[in-house]
Amino acid sequence: MNSTIQNIYFRSDQAKAYTLLSPALILVIFAMAAPMIVMIFTSFNTQISMIEIDRTFTTGRYEDFFSKPIFSMLLFRSVKISFFVTLLTLVTTYPLAYYIAFYVKKNKMLWIVLMTLPFWTSYLLRVFSWRVILGNKGVINSALMGTGMIDEPLGFLLYNQAAVIITLSHAWAAFAILPLYVSLDKIDKSLLEASYDLGNTKFETFWRVTFPLSLPGVIGAILIIFIPTVGDYVTPQLVGGTDGRMLSNMIQSLFGRANNFPLGAASAVLMLTTVCLIAALVTYITKKVSMRMS
Amino acid sequence: MYNKNNTLFIYCVFYFAFLYIPVLLLPIFSFNDSFHMVFPLKGFTFDWYIQMWNKSRLHQALFNSIKVGIIASVVSTFIALFAAKAFTRYKVKFHGLSYGAILLPFIIPEIIIAVALIVIWTSMGLKLGLIPVTISHILFCTPFCMLILISRMEGFDKSLEEASRDLGENSFWTFWRVTFPLLLPGIIASLLLAFVISFDEFILAFFLSSSDQTLPIYMWSQLRFPKKFPHILALGAIIIIVTSLIVMTAYWLRNLGQGKKKDFSIGI
Repeated sequence: MNSTIQNIYFRSDQAKAYTLLSPALILVIFAMAAPMIVMIFTSFNTQISMIEIDRTFTTGRYEDFFSKPIFSMLLFRSVKISFFVTLLTLVTTYPLAYYIAFYVKKNKMLWIVLMTLPFWTSYLLRVFSWRVILGNKGVINSALMGTGMIDEPLGFLLYNQAAVIITLSHAWAAFAILPLYVSLDKIDKSLLEASYDLGNTKFETFWRVTFPLSLPGVIGAILIIFIPTVGDYVTPQLVGGTDGRMLSNMIQSLFGRANNFPLGAASAVLMLTTVCLIAALVTYITKKVSMRMS
Repeated sequence: MYNKNNTLFIYCVFYFAFLYIPVLLLPIFSFNDSFHMVFPLKGFTFDWYIQMWNKSRLHQALFNSIKVGIIASVVSTFIALFAAKAFTRYKVKFHGLSYGAILLPFIIPEIIIAVALIVIWTSMGLKLGLIPVTISHILFCTPFCMLILISRMEGFDKSLEEASRDLGENSFWTFWRVTFPLLLPGIIASLLLAFVISFDEFILAFFLSSSDQTLPIYMWSQLRFPKKFPHILALGAIIIIVTSLIVMTAYWLRNLGQGKKKDFSIGI
């Protein structure tokens, strides 16, 4: 085959591939990219009445965002809460994924199904259930008072950032267990044997062999938990109280009662920018680290 | 690999309890004869289930959710099927870029998609309602469906398709008579899981549904009133049981005919 024919053949293959991809790409362009561009444009506008928006260009909404400390504070808090959610979820699910990958011999599939099943049941109800567990008349308090261990309900359980972090960590557990398990299960077991043969202890083997090899799963879990939770609305609304309010709750009120679409759009743009920067940073650091390790 | 580790096993049992207690609490209280979710339990009752049965707004919301869920799952499975075929059967140029673009709606915070859609929709002067909700659900479900279908397509022997083509079938009949039957369990799994995702989705519907409530929005509107709350528990209990059954069916289907190669990548 000479190169022109090869070229044509190759191009027609690309044409076929992109025909197949076109519905998905059209969907992403029209239902996500275009709306986001309009959102960015709107963030440079001004709301003048309930329904009217002045379309002249202004950076006023960004000035509003940064001049009122509440906005930056909420953005910072959203990032902080997501950071702790990611950390807590990773630390608590790693042993679990490790156990399933290395100790469970039969019915691994059943373990995975059982560990991820709660994730599919109504998110709203799971979050609400935490309110019932942590509340003043909730499960923990009524159990403690019933056994006489305390006289007054513990008020610090609900409506704070800790409650948001625990609830989100519970809600996103499946997203950590799966990537961690997949990367741990892939590890070639003879590498671990080699490590023992070379005289490493169990702890050293874990730290020098198993953990570095599971890093792709760790990174996957970090990105897949951190990014979406920055924008979570339901959990801070139901269990966060004033102390646990996040930027999403503010954005929602800007599209609801406060009725300031441009400022809401600007907040969303800044949230997205922050998330992208952090995701890029995480990816960059991992690349550096994994290069040094190999 | 290793033999036994009791400490880790005990830890797993505790974690398991942590995962399941919040989920199981709701069904337990749905039979409790009290407005408040407090231990000890008062008495056994079916009242909340009967009350739930008589709420006409709930019926409307359920009907809306089913409608949106069916359309979203069918459309996104279709779109994902084509995309999955492109990625598994061709060397796509700009593979990473297109792949990333299609997966993006699943990763970026939903509230940003909700904001973007409400802004474009209202600026075009269109009325909010179930149509933008459905569009947003299609966008959100397609990445899930694509991941499910890609792993299914990678799971079977490509030479079967080649054999069919060598025997003179064109690409349509090859797809219909060879690829499709082999993919069918994956397609059904994709439909089921996309339906569950759409049925459960809150934030997009919250921004875009206006007065056409879907079921999660209806539940949200009732959460604030203690007196109205118990019938939501009854509804929740039913939702938990039905979605669990659907998801287990989907898991089972995904691994059907995959031989020893089990697939754990569900939803990720």
